[in-house]
Amino acid sequence: MGTLDQRLPNPADDMNPFAEVDFFDLEKSLRRPRTLVSVLLSGLVTTMTLFALGPLFSVVWMLFWRGGHKLSASVFTQLPPSALEAGGGFGNAILGTLVIIVLATIITVPAGVLSAVYLAKAKPEDRLAQAVRFAAKVLTGFPSILAGVFAYGAVVLLTGGFSAIAGAVAVSILMLPTILLTAEDAIRMVPVKMVEAAIGMGATQTQTAWMVLLPTALPGILTGVMLAIARGAGETAPLLFTSLFSNYWPTSNGHLNLMQPTASLAVLIYNFAGMPFENQVELAWAAALVLVLLVLITNLAGQALSSRQVR
Amino acid sequence: MSTTADILETAEATVCQPPSRWQVIADKTFRSTCQTFAWLTVIGIVFIVVRIFMAGVPAMREYGPGFLTGTTWDPNKDAYGILPEIWGTLYSSILSLMIGTAFGVAAAIFLSEGYLGEFVFGALRMLNLHFHPFWSHLPQRMEDLLRNLIELLAAIPSVVYGLWGIFVVVPAIRPVCNWLHLKMGWFPLFSTDLSGPGMLPAVLVLSIMILPTITAISRDALTSVPPKLRMAAYGLGATRWETIFAVILPTASRGVFGGVVLAFGRALGETMALAMLVGNSNRISVSLFSPANTLAALLANTFPEARPKEVAVLMYAALVLLAITLIVNILGAVILQQTSKSQQGAH
Repeated sequence: MGTLDQRLPNPADDMNPFAEVDFFDLEKSLRRPRTLVSVLLSGLVTTMTLFALGPLFSVVWMLFWRGGHKLSASVFTQLPPSALEAGGGFGNAILGTLVIIVLATIITVPAGVLSAVYLAKAKPEDRLAQAVRFAAKVLTGFPSILAGVFAYGAVVLLTGGFSAIAGAVAVSILMLPTILLTAEDAIRMVPVKMVEAAIGMGATQTQTAWMVLLPTALPGILTGVMLAIARGAGETAPLLFTSLFSNYWPTSNGHLNLMQPTASLAVLIYNFAGMPFENQVELAWAAALVLVLLVLITNLAGQALSSRQVR
Repeated sequence: MSTTADILETAEATVCQPPSRWQVIADKTFRSTCQTFAWLTVIGIVFIVVRIFMAGVPAMREYGPGFLTGTTWDPNKDAYGILPEIWGTLYSSILSLMIGTAFGVAAAIFLSEGYLGEFVFGALRMLNLHFHPFWSHLPQRMEDLLRNLIELLAAIPSVVYGLWGIFVVVPAIRPVCNWLHLKMGWFPLFSTDLSGPGMLPAVLVLSIMILPTITAISRDALTSVPPKLRMAAYGLGATRWETIFAVILPTASRGVFGGVVLAFGRALGETMALAMLVGNSNRISVSLFSPANTLAALLANTFPEARPKEVAVLMYAALVLLAITLIVNILGAVILQQTSKSQQGAH
């Protein structure tokens, strides 16, 4: 390139301005170190990406291989076996996980969505909105075990015992930021025209929110809820000393009892993974398969919903 | 015969009317409810932090800063120290951050450069299908699929990673590790053998768990680099990787760095995989194969069976963990916030 610049102002010198250009120098060839380095680095990045995906396939393969053949109808209906007992299942853990997740969703969704409505409608310089957003972002990285520590102090010690409620409170702390931040994004994505049309027709802020904003943003909000549920269902650390574990159904006298220790899939996997008994380990794998399927289906359903969001 | 005024009057009565009293009340109630919940969110989070802090204060008064430098944990002798746990937390997080960042940023570059799409497009062109109404969408679809697969890594619960680590990672790396210890035992990193759970399996699993965070945030940062800059670099004759190293990575560096800091926060607070894999041994060692312990794993393993006295001490440990993670997380959030501000004018 340098040669070309120097030669151009002096055309009389040579009729062909490209005479001294080394065309080999301009060629993209693997023999040139620059190109070679580029290709090698591309190859390296490709290999590293494949390596990063390896664990995913390994986990899924192991889940189906070791957990798959243990799966049967009895696994879903029976109670966990004791030390050397054969058979058994984790029906109570599935029910417990569902109960805890439903409770946590009931706690989180109203708080998350209504705060998100406030955030989406707040002025940019609103201090409260900034504080909420910042708090939610910090909470996304909140260690899950600390949510358990908090729920232990705030609920278990207060009510005097381990319970599904305490577990739900702990899990809801971890679900809140996902719901809040996704719902805010979804509400912000509602076209301004629609909101202005509603206000132009004389609707109050509340009517706009209920009849335009929330229905239009619903797919996006549900995506956030689904992702939060998927995350909450897999959480183990906050349940370890809030809902604890139980070998029995979370019922007393035929009714759901929320104030007693409750089993959950995640804690069952943790407990059984460390046991020296083959049957328990097999059950841990089967439970892991059920849990991962539950989480993945919720996750994929959430992502499918988000593609239906009006943009 | 009706005049215009009459029509207007009737219209006012039926169509154009101010909101009724009920509507005004409903509006005010709803808006204040929203505001209340926003307040509740902030107050709730502050309450959580304060609550954990207050619970740790009694033990803090009793054991003071010596707690942070003590190396024994013996409830029977009433001696508590968490230096090994602090060391284990930082050591495992930093090691896994190094692995996770290398692979995470590589995957982010792979995704943002559209390698897979190019490859699929090339394959389609060989088959002369690249303008086909169905197959021509394949490159984009494969890109989306790959992105979703990496995000699925984050969806797998940590306890499942722990289970996988115990039964897959540990048996797989054990022979290699013990061979390394045998041949290169003089090297501090390999100074012990791997007898089961230990630092290396924990670090490997932890790096897989933080990789999706790094990849997602880095990819956002890389794709938000203005295309002009890339085109200018190509126009000057730079190769793809000269462009990446000289233009794209420096422009996106703050976003990537923010992602790495957030992933560091994740790694510090990650509990289950470490509780299952790190070995729960109260010792300080630089060896990759030695069992160790982390703050979160200590809480998870000790809390369920702890006596009231020990619970108070564990609250102090929780407070230390909270302080470390809060500092790292706030730092990450601030960096990311500044990045999005500084990039607003770039497009």
